[in-house]
Amino acid sequence: MQSFKALAPPPTNSDMYCHSPFYLRGYDSARNQTRFADIGELEQPAVGFHQDDAVDLSRSSIYNNLQFGGLGENIGSDEMMLPKGAGMVVGGGSSGNNGNFENWGDSGMGEHSQQTDTSTDVDTDDRNQSHGVQHGALVVDSMDQSKGRMGDQKALRRLAQNREAARKSRLRKKAYVQQLEHSRMKLTQLEQELQRARQQGIFITGVSGDQSLSIGTNGALAFDMDYARWLEEHQRLINDLRLAVNSHVGDNELRVLVDGVMSHYDEIFRLKGIGAKSDVFHLLSGMWKTPTERCFMWLGGFRSSELLKILENQLEPLTDQQLMGICNLQQSSQQAEDALSQGMEALQQSLVETLSSNCLGPTGSGNVADYMGQMAIAMGKLATLENFLHQADLLRQQTLQQMHRILTTRQAARALLVISDYMTRLRALSSLWLARPKD
Amino acid sequence: MYYQTEPWAGSYNLPTMTNMGDPLQRIERMASGNAVVIFSVSTCCMCHAIKRLFCGMGVNPTVYELDEDSHGNDLEKALMSLLGASSAVPVVFIGGKLVGAMDRVMASHINGSLVPLLKEAGALWL
Repeated sequence: MQSFKALAPPPTNSDMYCHSPFYLRGYDSARNQTRFADIGELEQPAVGFHQDDAVDLSRSSIYNNLQFGGLGENIGSDEMMLPKGAGMVVGGGSSGNNGNFENWGDSGMGEHSQQTDTSTDVDTDDRNQSHGVQHGALVVDSMDQSKGRMGDQKALRRLAQNREAARKSRLRKKAYVQQLEHSRMKLTQLEQELQRARQQGIFITGVSGDQSLSIGTNGALAFDMDYARWLEEHQRLINDLRLAVNSHVGDNELRVLVDGVMSHYDEIFRLKGIGAKSDVFHLLSGMWKTPTERCFMWLGGFRSSELLKILENQLEPLTDQQLMGICNLQQSSQQAEDALSQGMEALQQSLVETLSSNCLGPTGSGNVADYMGQMAIAMGKLATLENFLHQADLLRQQTLQQMHRILTTRQAARALLVISDYMTRLRALSSLWLARPKD
Repeated sequence: MYYQTEPWAGSYNLPTMTNMGDPLQRIERMASGNAVVIFSVSTCCMCHAIKRLFCGMGVNPTVYELDEDSHGNDLEKALMSLLGASSAVPVVFIGGKLVGAMDRVMASHINGSLVPLLKEAGALWL
């Protein structure tokens, strides 16, 4: 049993320190068991009261609060019905009195038997204003305890401990919920900040030496906004598709929705083409995507072969022909990806060779023409980046279209939902990661 | 002098050219010489990618590097007009027939029409 003093300012004095049973009722009723049990209720007024006391509790809690606001003044503390010596932890909220209370616990329970004694004392002390709780010096006069009472004491003590534990648990839960709410708010704020910053083309991660280059060009900014709009529309279309699938609409209706999603996919590839023309590096950097998406990105977008792997088990049942078609599609998209990846590697290797060429160094000859020449070559190589991005997007688009061709309308609908869910979760993972508590 | 169109180009309408019969004829000759023919430039990375694509499928293409050819420039120009594109390379011919540049090749691979074409030309066996 912990002393109330251990608590942070108890928020609800009226709830917690209801001394009504003692004060009002306890006084009237048999001043024995009932009262003593009520003492146990000091901490948890709402719990475990004897029924007759419970009623009073609710009625008089406010009254008690008023009474105990200035704890000590008019408590007729003897009316607390405390066996003296049972250090009752009362009104921790009245700061001045905190120190006066002993731990209510064993000693309190142990004094159960004293009730009859104290009740008499109470009667006589009725007119005393200053005893008991205030001074925390309730002393039990005699200590005779029968075995029967011992049993009761233990039971009462257990009850009291339970109540204490329950209360603590409630407090913990409250604190936890508050923390969750706070984290949620923080998460939303972070998401908004991220979105805003991305739209301004500012690099979120790290500080690069070329800060000036990191501020988005118009192309990057325009693309980011286009993409955000596209994503919103995409979610809307997907939701409509999901509703349709779940409500088992007819194939014709479903086909319209599926075709809608597919042509909307065409739209993003068109937008990426425009964006690549104005800022290919922005597209390739993936700064317009969330961090997790960016991490697993391939050549400026998703990996077609990866998507097909995700769909592998979700498309059953498939006819043999469909199965073969999907397998072939997975294989050919994988091969195409590998080919483009190797092309990119060759590009990088070529750039390395060009930029590390001897004539570029500040040698004695200082051949500017050579330098300019090599730079021109390097520029030419960079220009092929746009072509690679274009081919990669074409690959993605064609993989989706071929998948659409192989599958039935219903299967295609499910496939689109699965793909969209995967992307959404990947994005959510980003948000969670960004909002995680760091130690 | 008008270029005599050969049927090998299939559905392609060859542009009329004056005094340029040679390059296109040469191209046609080179293209029909092997099952899979790629016109490339040694420094072109997209050409490298397309070569890797065929090698990855187990095909052994015949590659002509235009920058290593004496008449490379003419051939390049001819290919550009053939494709109607700003870039001459890479260009792929299968079984003497023009397939196209990287995008066409990849599209036909994805939609499953490339492999049958290769098998038909004898470049791929089961």
